[in-house]
Amino acid sequence: MMSASLSKVLVQTQDFSVAEEYALIADDNRDGAVVTFVGKVRDFNYGSMVTDLTLEHYPGMTEEVLTHIIIEARERWSLNKVTIIHRVGTMALGEQIVFIGVTSAHRKAAFSAGKFLIDFLKTKAPFWKLESGEAGKNWVEAKNSDEEAAKMWNKP
Amino acid sequence: MINVLFFAQVRELLGESSIQVEAITEITTAESLRAVLASKNEQWGKVLVSDKLLVAVNQTISGWDMQVENGDEVAFFPPVTGG
Repeated sequence: MMSASLSKVLVQTQDFSVAEEYALIADDNRDGAVVTFVGKVRDFNYGSMVTDLTLEHYPGMTEEVLTHIIIEARERWSLNKVTIIHRVGTMALGEQIVFIGVTSAHRKAAFSAGKFLIDFLKTKAPFWKLESGEAGKNWVEAKNSDEEAAKMWNKP
Repeated sequence: MINVLFFAQVRELLGESSIQVEAITEITTAESLRAVLASKNEQWGKVLVSDKLLVAVNQTISGWDMQVENGDEVAFFPPVTGG
């Protein structure tokens, strides 16, 4: 937690409610825009069926990195409320993994910050995915496309 | 002592999630700590010389030239894949 209660970072095993998280950030009439993103466990990765996913993380460092990513987003855009929730442990196909919620006076800042937050989370926060499926257990490889997406934000 | 942590497939391949390493004089940087750990046996050497390996000193991703001293927490892990 930081900046009073405007920013929220949670790393937890239990699922989250998008409706509840939306209601918590969408209650300020100065905000004209609320952007949310949810990442889910999908069925097919690198050509083989996935049945579940186990998320490992580095307790302590994870929360620190997510908090820092939010500070960076606030330096770039005028934001009001920012929530990041990331689940750890084992999740079944179709389950929610991550929630990003951003509110702002205008949509441009909220959309941009939302994309920035997920792009940076994917390349900087210490989480690792272990997939289980028909091909057995497999650690997910980091994608160059994710690294490229995060680097885009460094361009002037 | 230096508190050394391993995550994800690095943890799996080494069979350890954390170890305490004496802060001997050879260990001055993340790179020299890696070299000391890699000399343990063939498997550790193979896993720890991977050019994709990342290091975090006191919970901040660092360069291999980052200074390491007694009491530090140093983690070795593969590229991150959250989200």
